Amino acid sequence: MIRAREVEKRFGSRRALRGVSFDLERGGRLLVTGPNGSGKTTLLRLVVGLAAPTRGTLDVPVDRSRIGFLSHEPLVYRELTAVENLDLFGRLYRVPERRERIGMLLERFGLWEARNERVAAYSQGMTQRLALCRALLHDPELLVLDEPFSALDEPGADLLQRELTELGDDHTLVVSAHDISRVEALASSRLALA
Amino acid sequence: MTYAADVAALARKDLKVELRARDTLPAMLLFVLSTLVVFRFALPDQTNDDAAYGLLWVAIVFTALLGLARAWVPEQEHGVLDGLVLAPCDRSAIWLGKSIATLAFLLGAQIVALPAFALFFAPLDLAAIAGVLLADVGICAVGSLLAAMAAASRSRELLLPLLVLPLSIPLVVGGVGAAISPHADRFLLFLVLYDAVFAVLSWASFEYVVTE
Repeated sequence: MIRAREVEKRFGSRRALRGVSFDLERGGRLLVTGPNGSGKTTLLRLVVGLAAPTRGTLDVPVDRSRIGFLSHEPLVYRELTAVENLDLFGRLYRVPERRERIGMLLERFGLWEARNERVAAYSQGMTQRLALCRALLHDPELLVLDEPFSALDEPGADLLQRELTELGDDHTLVVSAHDISRVEALASSRLALA
Repeated sequence: MTYAADVAALARKDLKVELRARDTLPAMLLFVLSTLVVFRFALPDQTNDDAAYGLLWVAIVFTALLGLARAWVPEQEHGVLDGLVLAPCDRSAIWLGKSIATLAFLLGAQIVALPAFALFFAPLDLAAIAGVLLADVGICAVGSLLAAMAAASRSRELLLPLLVLPLSIPLVVGGVGAAISPHADRFLLFLVLYDAVFAVLSWASFEYVVTE
């Protein structure tokens, strides 16, 4: 499904990613590890199409509408409520039965009670849960998660781990993590960046 | 139809964010009114109306610049622009939604500023008001694109005026011409052409501005 050959990314003279190659089949789970500055985030941004490689080839034959991305940033508006944020992205992603889907995700991620509060009033963990709701809203075929456990408390991390475990075989997962204990068991392949 | 719905949803979201944060419109209103008051006391009494129209355009351009500087701030916070770029909608809808919202803020400021100008300096006829409206469209269309470019840069506060002001000169020429020239229709036509050309250019190039 995803095929990378000698992928390199430069920002000016700085090389953020050097010669990365890997294959990931449909339904596969790739764990990307590496120290700070090794290019994990850059690689994930390339995979979702937010950036283009400077050299090499990267084929991701998945439509933009079928990709879910969780970044270091939550990608939600601070001045909107959880419902308003998800409703906006639900419209843009043409999510069928949007309201039901939003309600179900907010309930599942423990945000139902706070659904009409502005994101600016959320804790970091709540914002990360909302970011996960946004990434999962359109039931993506390819889910790309950058350090998904970083801002979550124990119950939140448990919940996410369970969600990832329950992902069907038709979902492909690319996840980067420092603390690999929660995702190691899920991974079907591993890519260590130096 | 879907494109129009996306643009409407994005513009509505900007208005909602502004209604809550109140970051942009109050600043624009305060700026344009205080500028007009300063000009009122700075200009000698015997100054003719033509000079006053010129000053109105100084106030309008810098008020628009203030709005444009804040235009992409909600998207920069929490990296929302990445989320919008990843969405399957046409990326130009993001630009169009932002241009419409910025235009709404600018019009909101001018609803107060234009009567204040008429009170302090000189009356505005229909041609002058049409010139202002057409120039607003041009400023917001080009400015929203340039503000997105500047927002990606570290020196965005410096870059935005450097990009916007040179491209605003034709709008100022057209706007002042529409207010003072006996051939106002020519200047209005010039503004219509400017708006059409630069709106199409901005619409077509936005995708390349927001992807690395």
